[in-house]
Amino acid sequence: MSYKIEVSGLRKSFGALAVLRDINLKVEPGQVVALIGPSGSGKSTLLRCLNLLVMPDGGRIRIGKDSFAFGDGSKLPATREQARFRSNTGMVFQHFNLFPHMTVVQNVMEGPVSVKALPKPQAEALAGKLLAKVGLSDKVDVFPNKLSGGQKQRVAIARALAMEPEVMLFDEATSALDPELVGEVLGVMRDLAAEGMTMIIVTHEIGFAREVADRVVFMRDGVIVEEGPAREIIGQPKQEATRIFLSHFHNRG
Amino acid sequence: MSYTWNFDIVWSYRWIFLTGTGVTIGITIAVVLLGLIVGLIAGIAQLSRSPTLRWLSWAYIEMFRLTPLLVLLLWFYYALPILTGIKLDAITASIVTLTLYGGSFYAEVIRGGIVSIEPGQSEAGLALGMTPARVMRRIVLPQAIKRMIPPLMNQSIIQFKNTSLVSVLAVPDLLYQGQVAAMDTYRALEVYTVIAAIYVVVLLPLTAIVKGAEKRLAQSN
Ligand SMILES: Nc1ncnc2c1ncn2[C@@H]1O[C@H](COP(=O)(O)OP(=O)(O)OP(=O)(O)O)[C@@H](O)[C@H]1O
Ligand SMILES: [Mg+2]
Repeated sequence: MSYKIEVSGLRKSFGALAVLRDINLKVEPGQVVALIGPSGSGKSTLLRCLNLLVMPDGGRIRIGKDSFAFGDGSKLPATREQARFRSNTGMVFQHFNLFPHMTVVQNVMEGPVSVKALPKPQAEALAGKLLAKVGLSDKVDVFPNKLSGGQKQRVAIARALAMEPEVMLFDEATSALDPELVGEVLGVMRDLAAEGMTMIIVTHEIGFAREVADRVVFMRDGVIVEEGPAREIIGQPKQEATRIFLSHFHNRG
Repeated sequence: MSYTWNFDIVWSYRWIFLTGTGVTIGITIAVVLLGLIVGLIAGIAQLSRSPTLRWLSWAYIEMFRLTPLLVLLLWFYYALPILTGIKLDAITASIVTLTLYGGSFYAEVIRGGIVSIEPGQSEAGLALGMTPARVMRRIVLPQAIKRMIPPLMNQSIIQFKNTSLVSVLAVPDLLYQGQVAAMDTYRALEVYTVIAAIYVVVLLPLTAIVKGAEKRLAQSN
């Protein structure tokens, strides 16, 4: 049980399209893994499988103590088990997906109150602490439509952290942001990494991946082409496909 | 053409019209509330993972949406007893029919409102560890209901007018009382004009509320 996340033989197809083909991945506790690769390579699908938002066709996933097998006669996990499994992983989406009918603090309290049945005062205290951590103590009672993109994403991170997950998953958390707002979200993610949170980050911020990630995983066409220490993969990729992919970023500067 | 209007005779029927209006409003309230429950169940069943539930709710919705209400009323009152031996009194048959008829329209509004909420909302709820039922209750429905209110109210206004058809089963609603008064007095013009006016007067404030709700919704989006 030395790994926090263990994925083996993971497969997923949408109709005839095989999007994930035999994915194997191990992540140590406190490790930050950056998942990079061209559009359509299956990064989001892999992340969503880890959270069961997409049900894999085959393989195994273990996160912390919970593990599921898929396909070949294994039963689909029951709704309640799926929910419990998901509550142990925090997910941050590209488009934030904040609940527009709730204030910032209600967004953050929703998970603990409705899933863990945490009493409201305690949930509010927890939410206050997390919002302070992401630098939004002054926005507690504001509705999401009054926030900038960067502020929304920081609330979304606080909302995910409120479930006290063992693992955080980020799917292009900064791709929908104006360039000047990217920094504040990356800053929060950097802090989380420094605190020892286990994280998988799908990102196009190659510079950030090199700086913050311990390991980089490069995917193409549903397979992991190459993986290793961040500096190695980004600095001296061994595979041609990785080199070509990264060259787009160097060219853009 | 010189017709001498005479509203004095109509005035003497005011209490009968008032009780008729009361019956009409009472039936409307009953069939709106019951119809909303039926519509919510059928609307959510349309989105169920179970093909059987989806098919059953689809069959119900289309059957009632596409059959004329008058035909349904006569069927539930005169045909159902032959088929099942269950004889409903006129009021019960009216309420059952209008509930199921209205429910089929509500179901479409409710289904449409639910699917109009971006999938990302459900995913965010599920990602927190909420069960699908809780996601529906806490995340999707509160947002969807806001969008459903204007069309549901419009549908309910139509239901108010639909109740006039129950007069064919001799339910003493506003129109039925009017028919009686018109026959007694030979004053069809005055009576039916007053009856029409009563429907308009009751509904006018409701349409104003719907317009307001639509405007507020447009602003909040
Ligand atoms: N629900 C779905 N139904 C059908 N096809 C899907 C679905 N989700 C993803 N796909 C397809 O699977 C492939 C991989 O998609 P995925 O979103 O995982 O790629 P990605 O690596 O995240 O790409 P991007 O960088 O553009 O976000 C794509 O071809 C996509 O069109
Ligand atoms: Mg993606």
